[in-house]
Amino acid sequence: MHFLKRYLPIAGLLVIVIGVQLLASATDTAYYLTQLTMAAYYSLLIIGLCVLMGYTGQISLGHAGFFAIGGYLSASLTTYDFSAHSNTAILQFMDKAGMLMQRQSLYGEALLNVHPWPACIIAIAVAVIIAFVLGIPVLKLRGHYLAMATLGFGIIIYRIGLAAEFFGEADGISEVPPFNLLPGLSVNGDFAARVQNYYIAWGLLLFGLALLLNLIHSRVGRALRSIHGSEAAAEAIGVNTARFKLYTFVISAAFAAVAGSFLTHYNGGIGPSEASVMKSVRYVAIVAVGGMANLWGALLMGIVLNFMSLRGMFGTYDDAVFGVILILIMLFAPQGILSVKIKHFFATKKESPELGTID
Amino acid sequence: MLELKAVHKYFGGLHAVNEVSFKVETGAIKAVIGPNGAGKTTIFNLIAGVLEPSSGSIAFKGLETKGAKPHRIASLGMSRTFQNIKLFHGMSALENVMLGRHIRSRAGFLAGMFNLPHTWKEEKSIRDKSMELLELLEIERYADVEATSLAFGQQRAVEMARALATEPDLLLLDEPAAGLNIYETAEVGRLIGRIRDMGITVLLVEHDMSLVMDISDEIVVLSFGEKIAEDKPEAIQRNPEVIRIYLGEDEEAAA
Repeated sequence: MHFLKRYLPIAGLLVIVIGVQLLASATDTAYYLTQLTMAAYYSLLIIGLCVLMGYTGQISLGHAGFFAIGGYLSASLTTYDFSAHSNTAILQFMDKAGMLMQRQSLYGEALLNVHPWPACIIAIAVAVIIAFVLGIPVLKLRGHYLAMATLGFGIIIYRIGLAAEFFGEADGISEVPPFNLLPGLSVNGDFAARVQNYYIAWGLLLFGLALLLNLIHSRVGRALRSIHGSEAAAEAIGVNTARFKLYTFVISAAFAAVAGSFLTHYNGGIGPSEASVMKSVRYVAIVAVGGMANLWGALLMGIVLNFMSLRGMFGTYDDAVFGVILILIMLFAPQGILSVKIKHFFATKKESPELGTID
Repeated sequence: MLELKAVHKYFGGLHAVNEVSFKVETGAIKAVIGPNGAGKTTIFNLIAGVLEPSSGSIAFKGLETKGAKPHRIASLGMSRTFQNIKLFHGMSALENVMLGRHIRSRAGFLAGMFNLPHTWKEEKSIRDKSMELLELLEIERYADVEATSLAFGQQRAVEMARALATEPDLLLLDEPAAGLNIYETAEVGRLIGRIRDMGITVLLVEHDMSLVMDISDEIVVLSFGEKIAEDKPEAIQRNPEVIRIYLGEDEEAAA
């Protein structure tokens, strides 16, 4: 019974997703699907961050960094010409394992690249390893040390992207090849593949959402909520709080890396702005708007706000808008915008504030 | 079950616990009493691993616990309640107790994310066992009520159920009668007796003299961080030093 309760809303969302596609195609407004596809990938990162922030009470200001690791590694491994290194042991091994592919550059030169599948897996693995290395010492401490550490990490990744020739410096990486997931199913930005890619992105997002909903309703999810409630009490019943926070951080980093990898193949490239700290702040702001421990709220706000931003509705004030949103939410609706009750705006009598936990 | 040997704890210049040694025998109910600031809760936190002793040793089931994290000690079979109740907000009474089953269940991150079938049975047994404990404490009708919105006495009961859900060998109760009226206190006394009958060793810190004298097998008296007496309740009641420094102002009540 309770499985039905959990999966029915996902099925409902799927119906809406299909409806939007049919409507857009029927009304000749299929260009909206491009931004909805991109917004879905960003939202994949955001629901991962939501579990970290809402259920363990930790803040990461480095998720754009994990996104960039996913994107940049996928992009560089699938575009950098490895033919000069083809005699090295590691490339010979990868060749034997079928992890390399030959293709031609725009100018007809033969290129030796890593296939997108292993590139994507390497990218996720690197993000996971870095998250572990970053998280092991930091998450043993109480308080918001993770925010500080990830802020530093995010700046480093941004600077590496800007400075490293391998990552295209300020220009970033372009000409990223399509990601053939399965025969006939490919992540790329061709107009012909727009509808297909819309469904790939949303399929991935809904799958990720189902995983996280399962997680928070499991034994582990209960333990995560207990950490947020009272770390001392969680420890007293045997919850290894440091380990649970660490694993959640690693999972959210993996979600960000997957999103970065797929979106980079979809866009055909990635630039250093994807790694900037302002992007990380934006993700934190969106989770806060959605209501920290509210996956559905985070998902909704991830779609709406990213869609608006990608449509250019915030103009050149894009980053400023997200900064303002963060401030307003913290001041007026720290439980998220969905917690604001419309009737409060019309209430004539001042209601007594909600009482605390002790009667 | 538990043995403290020459335990010291300093907070900066403050000598909060001074050379305290005592044993808790398996199956016993032992109480630690003392005036405010005597170091009772500090001793509890040292035993539970929240604080580390400055010197001396604490052995639980023969194992030295120095340096072990609280969750590690909990998983060895020690459970506790808190003086200022620490229930998890935003969760029902039942869910709070279900959390007590954490160390008695296994499902991890991947099993949870993929909702693997073998976890379903485990979830059901967690739920059933937790419900049994709510029934034992006669609060099963509040199972689905948010735990932190319950009345004080019921919150204590939920916390006790949560501690019992870990199936401890040693249960630490930090002032289980604080804030309760005399009827509720008597109820707690009977409950602690039943917990001992389940084979669980109990160590409690308590202010309420009547409760301690009624149920304890042995009592340790602390004053300013030092152990000044350790004996059976009747002997403690007659101990002149205890009466002087701890019960002095309230002699009749204790006698």
